[in-house]
Amino acid sequence: MTTTAPKTPTVEADAVRPPQRPRMLSRSARRTLTPYAFLLPALVMELLVHIVPMAVGVWISFRSLTQFYIRRWSEAPFTGLDNYRVALDWSGPTGAELMHSLLVTVIYTVCTVGLSWLFGLTAGVLLQKRFHGRNVMRTLFLTPYALPAYAAVITWSFLLQRDQGMLNHILVDQLHLTDDRPFWLIGDNSLWSLIMVAVWRTWPFALLCITAGLQPIPQELYEAAEMDGAGFLLQVRSITLPLLAPVNRVLILVLVLWTFNDFSTPYVLFGGSAPHAADLISMHIYESSFITWNFGLGSAMSVLLLLFLLVVTVVYWIAVNRRRRDA
Amino acid sequence: MRLRRLSAAALSAALVIPLVVACGSDEEPESLAGTTITYWASNQGTSLEHDASVLQPELDKFKERTGITVNLEVIGWDNLLNRILAAATSGQGPDVLNIGNTWSASLQATGAFLPFDDETLAAVGGKDRILAGSLSATGAPGQPPVAVPLYSMAYVLYYNKKLFAEAGIDGPPRTWDELIEYGKRLTKGDHWGLVVEGANISENSHHAFTFAQQYGGDFFDADGKPQFDADANVAGIKRYLDFMGVHKIVNPSAAEYANNQSLSDFASGKAAMLLWQAADTALQSYGMNPDDYGVAPVPFEEPTPPGGRRINSMVAGINIAVFAETKHKEAALELVKFLTSDEEQIILNKAYGSLPTVQGAYSDPAFQTDTVKIFQEVLATTAAPLPAVPEEAQFETLVGTAMKDLFADIASGKTVTEADVKAKLAAANAQVTSS
Repeated sequence: MTTTAPKTPTVEADAVRPPQRPRMLSRSARRTLTPYAFLLPALVMELLVHIVPMAVGVWISFRSLTQFYIRRWSEAPFTGLDNYRVALDWSGPTGAELMHSLLVTVIYTVCTVGLSWLFGLTAGVLLQKRFHGRNVMRTLFLTPYALPAYAAVITWSFLLQRDQGMLNHILVDQLHLTDDRPFWLIGDNSLWSLIMVAVWRTWPFALLCITAGLQPIPQELYEAAEMDGAGFLLQVRSITLPLLAPVNRVLILVLVLWTFNDFSTPYVLFGGSAPHAADLISMHIYESSFITWNFGLGSAMSVLLLLFLLVVTVVYWIAVNRRRRDA
Repeated sequence: MRLRRLSAAALSAALVIPLVVACGSDEEPESLAGTTITYWASNQGTSLEHDASVLQPELDKFKERTGITVNLEVIGWDNLLNRILAAATSGQGPDVLNIGNTWSASLQATGAFLPFDDETLAAVGGKDRILAGSLSATGAPGQPPVAVPLYSMAYVLYYNKKLFAEAGIDGPPRTWDELIEYGKRLTKGDHWGLVVEGANISENSHHAFTFAQQYGGDFFDADGKPQFDADANVAGIKRYLDFMGVHKIVNPSAAEYANNQSLSDFASGKAAMLLWQAADTALQSYGMNPDDYGVAPVPFEEPTPPGGRRINSMVAGINIAVFAETKHKEAALELVKFLTSDEEQIILNKAYGSLPTVQGAYSDPAFQTDTVKIFQEVLATTAAPLPAVPEEAQFETLVGTAMKDLFADIASGKTVTEADVKAKLAAANAQVTSS
């Protein structure tokens, strides 16, 4: 309810009345601070869920945290850079195994991301033109990405069994491609099995992103190219790929980071302990800490992995952005 | 108003008096009535549901007698140690839990579990009624046990009587040479003499222990330092690997077995011999007729290698522990006392096909069979506990993984020599000493 006060000369009144303290923030302050207020919950969650645990992890890496100290972390003895020294000593067994798992992971990531991107691009381009059943195909292709990891990968582990698995049943019993029943879950083939399962799970995501990235490309460009006599592959190389470049830049980086850190696929496929040929670094760190109860060493390895991925990301980002600036 | 005040006073009195009376008598179990405790059980049966169906009626019986409600959670083996670790780290865990007895020394080192000193042991029934063999696997020597033995098991040899008869073999092998000879006669086509669980790290480490014992080896020296690559250990492990590699009586596919495929292979007749802990319940669930298979002690090495011990099994079993951070210590100890009572030991071990850990339970006719007598004799005379050192978990993982990799090499056709085995064990050893 507002009451209208009797009109009084305002100049006089202001001179007499002392300036009132604002009960709320001034309008401009509110405008500046409101976005941060909206960001605050996300920031707090990010701190609690990501940053603080990472900082604790780094703290653990400087200590010898074994089963003797897991109940009282603050009493774990300070060991300085000892854990890092063990992890980086490539002539010692721990360091050598870590280096081996890093190399395996690099091969795994390159193959998985490369093949996923290639399949995603091919399917995305071929599914651009509308045809009967296109939506059905798109849904079918996206299914592996939508399935829960455990259910999907455990099914693959049954398919890949040597004696009872369907893959060997088809290859050996029905197609007679080889007499020797190959192993898929142990030995040297295990890395290729892992890559196959990872590509199966990952390529739908690439298809999704590339499909989205293809939408804004105007159809006229392709029609013009066709009139100029460009074939399909030339059109892809000179129109599709350059215009997809922004999407590809982010897609590849995201795929590389996710694939490098992939834990659930090897863990479920190999039942908790990976064969030597497919010893991914995430599994390796898990086995060096949780299974041997040496959390200090596991944390040191995790920090080294973090630094490695940071360097890769920075180098990649500089490289792709420089190319853009030159172009 | 006066009436209201009088009624309020009467009501308050009525509420307070029983409390005063109850607080006065805190020695009887009645005061624990209404408490709720949490119990993490391990997977002893054929499935987690089977375990729940065995334990729930007993826990209901416990509630009837003591008024204590028990929240049961059955946890599979692939998860149990991780869950226990998380509980020990955070201080938030169950009140009572099962632990693999080989984990006793490692878990003891965390300090997260209630030590069973003489007084605590007396509260759950006393030390004397527990079998000495089972009690030997409850923690590091010289310290009070970290848990009480609950189920007892040992490794034995299961052999398919039908297949043996068809091959003209009289009885089970008593030495490894005999096992190899019989195995060769039983291996033809896609039938094999023996099956092993080659990708199962725990199984590998258990057999590594037994074979090393027979060759006079120890995985930790007298000071508790690891010596995985000692010659006797290498010789023992090589003997086990040779079943697949040199003598070819084991299906190479067994190198990837980690989900009890050995049991289904044995039950279906694909393999004629199996080295396993109590498998009766599982084999029968796979449809095998108990008359078709026999049980015998695990063979020995003949002639006995220099320094070799007459050991053919580890002391296998499950112990029951109480979380040190528990807020219901008396109720937790009541549950331990109940589950280790003669009556419950008979019921539970019958259901799981394992052996009671208390002398009193053996009076039941179910534990008078020939099979049980074999288990009992093994546990009493030829079984030894795994090293009771805090690094035991690392031994199981590293040596078990080394053997898994060696089996994988053999299965893919590579020749594995003693030098290869020694190199792999030396690398495993260095991983323990470097960290």
